[in-house]
Amino acid sequence: MDKKKKRLVSRTIILAILALAIGYTVYGTATKDKVELVKVGSEAPDFTLVDLDGEKHKLSDYKGQGVFLNFWGTWCKPCEKEMPAMDRQYQVFKDQGVQTLAVNIAQTDFEVQNFVDKYELSFPVVIDKTKDVMTTYNVGNLPATVMIDPDGKVAKIITGEMTEADIASYMELVKPE
Amino acid sequence: MENITCACGHSNPYGTKLCEKCGRPLTEEEKQNKVVDMRYDGTAIRSKTYNKSIIDKIWNFFSSVKVGISLIIITLVTASLGTLLPQEMYVNAPDAVKPAYYEKVYGWFGKFYNNLGLSDLYSSWWFQIIVGMLGVSIIIASLDRGIPLYKSLKNQRVKRHESFMKRQRIVAEGQVTASPDEVLDKVEKKMKEMKYNVRRDGSALLAERGRFSRFGPYINHVGLILFLAGVMLRLVPGFYVDESIVVREGETRAITGMDGYFIENRDFILETHNNTPQGEQLKQGVNVVAKNFQTDITLYKQPEGAIAGDTSNLEKVKDYSIRVNHPLKEKGFALYQMGYRLDELKQMNFALKNKETGQSLGEVGIDLTNPEKEYDLGNGISIKLLVYTPDFSGFDNGAPQTASSAPNNPAFLFKMITPQTPEGETSFVEIQNTIEPLGYNQYEMKFAGIETRDSTTITIRKDRTIPILFVGGIIFMIGVAIGSYWNHRRLWLQVEPDGRVVMAAHVNKNMFSMKKDLDAVTEYAGLPQYTDQLDTIAEDEENASNGNKEEKGDNTL
Repeated sequence: MDKKKKRLVSRTIILAILALAIGYTVYGTATKDKVELVKVGSEAPDFTLVDLDGEKHKLSDYKGQGVFLNFWGTWCKPCEKEMPAMDRQYQVFKDQGVQTLAVNIAQTDFEVQNFVDKYELSFPVVIDKTKDVMTTYNVGNLPATVMIDPDGKVAKIITGEMTEADIASYMELVKPE
Repeated sequence: MENITCACGHSNPYGTKLCEKCGRPLTEEEKQNKVVDMRYDGTAIRSKTYNKSIIDKIWNFFSSVKVGISLIIITLVTASLGTLLPQEMYVNAPDAVKPAYYEKVYGWFGKFYNNLGLSDLYSSWWFQIIVGMLGVSIIIASLDRGIPLYKSLKNQRVKRHESFMKRQRIVAEGQVTASPDEVLDKVEKKMKEMKYNVRRDGSALLAERGRFSRFGPYINHVGLILFLAGVMLRLVPGFYVDESIVVREGETRAITGMDGYFIENRDFILETHNNTPQGEQLKQGVNVVAKNFQTDITLYKQPEGAIAGDTSNLEKVKDYSIRVNHPLKEKGFALYQMGYRLDELKQMNFALKNKETGQSLGEVGIDLTNPEKEYDLGNGISIKLLVYTPDFSGFDNGAPQTASSAPNNPAFLFKMITPQTPEGETSFVEIQNTIEPLGYNQYEMKFAGIETRDSTTITIRKDRTIPILFVGGIIFMIGVAIGSYWNHRRLWLQVEPDGRVVMAAHVNKNMFSMKKDLDAVTEYAGLPQYTDQLDTIAEDEENASNGNKEEKGDNTL
């Protein structure tokens, strides 16, 4: 009887390991091509970039505040569309502890400055000249937005255009207590 | 599921065909056979014995050789289906239009092929499940057969029951006149000479050679499983990287997949053979033959602990020229040139000219990687850059739009300020076209030349699974060789005190070699002549014209 039990246990374990291996392979292949940003719940990778005024912005400096991190480019139409709404919500939430940081993907200062002037953006805009931050956050398509909570953890990842109501609700999500 | 107790008193697991201790046949079927089935040495194949819980049922399913062979055939057939048309990843079309591509190029069959998912067969979930099931089948079938076989061969007794010996293919019976000990000594000596391991137990002797060859198939399976595991490991982060980036001359970029490393493209060089086309070259219509593709790069690394985006303290790792067959190698990564683009716009020069007189008031060079707001030409003359679109795609509400960030079709909105026109004149300039949006201008920005740069597409590869695949392949081949070129030979001999001799022999393949050894030992020790029972069976069958019996006993695992 004892022997039978041992056999059942060992067979179950072996089959479970093999099933897990197959499951992992299938899952891994299915998600391989999907552009996966950083994982929700994990620590948001720290970075430092320089804005148009030459000022350095380091993500970890914003600890204790929520961060609305937006990746964009001037050629990206949905990015352009959501910018004014982002600016309005930035004005609402900046005194409630939610910062906004827009990361441009390797464009020229001239283009970015022109864009900022055109929409009178008041939040800091930094340029990722070497695409290092883009690579670290594994950003594929623009716009991409990463919500970071006051503890520095990724709370939500949004790919694609957002409405103003969306933006407000996401900022609410990472607002410090 | 009770154990079977043999007449010798040994208790065998359920399903055992031949007693583990003395070799007596235990099943009716075996008792009927004139020559026993020595596959797995008559041990109980584990899966065949218990079939109770769901786990046992799954286990038994995968343990079945029939299932294993079916899986091999299914895998082969489906894998070959994937070769009928090019797979999606080799199709040169954007992802979104790939289904349309198949229909356009291959007609209804292409559409059908794509709809069935055969165009991305090797990464489809069902193909991977089939291969995975094959892997499971290999593992379980090997465990179920290999372990009992190993135990049985390890524990085999020297003395076997006569009924076992008489059911072997090679049997000899008779009398010797010499003393039993003398016969046994002689046989031992001769067999040892022929590199057999010899064990004796009273009046019995067992000579054995090449037992390890029985494990060839299992060694081969270990190699296969290792190979499959290596392929699977590619999915585990850190084991396999295959990325590509475009780096323009003069640009420094973070290397995707290689955390903390940056690459600067200093120069891309394309050299061609400077020859007059002749012979084959002319026939094939080839004008230019490339001699060298080369990208001169500098590899940088962030200092330890630096965070993303921090390029203030980059450390130079090395300068290198990436050429064909000479990738940049660093920390298990290899960087190859996978493509290039020549002559992308880098700078555009314009001359400010009076349209009527053609007089030039000076030139400006606009660096497209860093355009400035204002270019001062002195003497109250300046050019203000109002808008720059690198890839002009038309106007939207009067504002120029850009389709991308690459300078494919640069366009500029200038304000030209001269002493004659202190208010400034506005001019929109794109390649080969100038628009004067606010009425007639006295001055124009006349195109005066360009500077270009090249770019290289660099592929970043890392494959830590190669050593595993390599070792797996070697083990596989070793297993095949062991199973194919060696064989397991055994000789059982019993000499009773009264001089009665019973001898039997078994070999899992290559009966010829066994018979050669037997002839030698028979002659040397004066043993009775053996008979090959398969020959006698064949004769019997011929006599009875009943040719339905399968040959067994040869080619056992």
